[in-house]
Amino acid sequence: MTITGIAAIGAGLAAIGAGVGIGKIGGSAMEAMARQPEMHGKIQSSALILAAFVEAVALFGVVVAFLQG
Amino acid sequence: MTLNTIKRTVFTVLFLSVFSLGFAEDAKEGGDDEKFDPKEMILHHVKDAYGMHIATLNQGKENETHLTIPLPIIVYTDRGLTTFSSSAFHHDYHGHEVVERNGQHFVNVHEKVYVLDEGLTKVSLDAEGHPTNAQRPKFDLSITRNVFMMWVSVALLLFIFFSAARRYKKSDNYVPSGIASFVEPLIVFVRDEIGKPMIGEHKYKKYMPYLLTIFFFIWINNIFGLIPILNGANLSGNIAFTFTLAAITFIITTFSGNKNYWKHIFWMPGVPVPMKIFLMPIEIIGMFVKPISLMIRLFANITAGHVIILALMSLIFVFKSYAIAPVSVAFSLFITVIEVIVTAIQAYIFTILSALYFGMATEEEHH
Repeated sequence: MTITGIAAIGAGLAAIGAGVGIGKIGGSAMEAMARQPEMHGKIQSSALILAAFVEAVALFGVVVAFLQG
Repeated sequence: MTLNTIKRTVFTVLFLSVFSLGFAEDAKEGGDDEKFDPKEMILHHVKDAYGMHIATLNQGKENETHLTIPLPIIVYTDRGLTTFSSSAFHHDYHGHEVVERNGQHFVNVHEKVYVLDEGLTKVSLDAEGHPTNAQRPKFDLSITRNVFMMWVSVALLLFIFFSAARRYKKSDNYVPSGIASFVEPLIVFVRDEIGKPMIGEHKYKKYMPYLLTIFFFIWINNIFGLIPILNGANLSGNIAFTFTLAAITFIITTFSGNKNYWKHIFWMPGVPVPMKIFLMPIEIIGMFVKPISLMIRLFANITAGHVIILALMSLIFVFKSYAIAPVSVAFSLFITVIEVIVTAIQAYIFTILSALYFGMATEEEHH
């Protein structure tokens, strides 16, 4: 297998991790909003920030894959 | 569903499909001579270039014409400053076209200008496509398409905000009208949702000009990146651009750090001494990782969006079939719509994280 193939697998693994992370954030945010609709705005903005943190890690993976591929 | 709704939906979809076709125009270029290479085409689109290429008419025929906005090339070499228009290269970026100016020979190899060695008139490339008998000029100060689009966006932002400010000067009752009624809710959003909760009621005012500037600057450049006619405007997908913005955030954070902030970095309060020593290097690394992650997040998000849209468009030319076109257009339309949302979200994330770092730097000790 070439280095490009391995890089692609790495990017895929990074995407799986980020998918699980963002999924959990989204699920919990939904639950919290259903429980306390009056906190809707605050929960949404902090969920977006947390999603950005998780996503950054996946993007590191993508950038490394780009550099290798 | 009423007839009107259907009409409106169909019209919107058709309108947005035109956007995708603009990217297809781009994809087509890669396939001029031999085999179509999607990788080269995508990289060529994402990277900076010396001219703004809009379209190619009558491709492959005798009367082939390129629609381009030529931009100036400004290079500083051993013989001093040399300037010429990028149209002198006749849209060649494989090093075939040699331009003679000021006693030197210039070639354009993959959108980088090289100066040929003394007495040579032909460039020779190695296996990876790098020239072997030419050097980069000492300084390359060319007005590339990214620089050009940055100036356009700056001019547009100045126009929008000066005309909005004039509206407030004119009206006595401070009721927004015209362009101000579009800008005011956004400014209030940045103040109430980003500035106040992240930095705090008392200190947010000092940081508002910077937060508003980066929010609108990133947003407008993200939007420019999605307009296919300006296909060179991948400014916020340029790592130098995001590096500069992140560096400014880093400098402001560092200089506005108070005693409490530095204490949390070098001597974490409330933990035992071995832990304090263990945490110090981690916190120092964290200081630099924050702006680096800001830089990579914006760069990778915008670049990935462009790459996905272009890769979907390339499918048509890879499979060489009309049957694949509707699928490809539909998918890239879907991605384009997501990208429109991403433009705003990334501007918001960059701004809110900058505000969060400023808030951390100025937080007072609480007991």
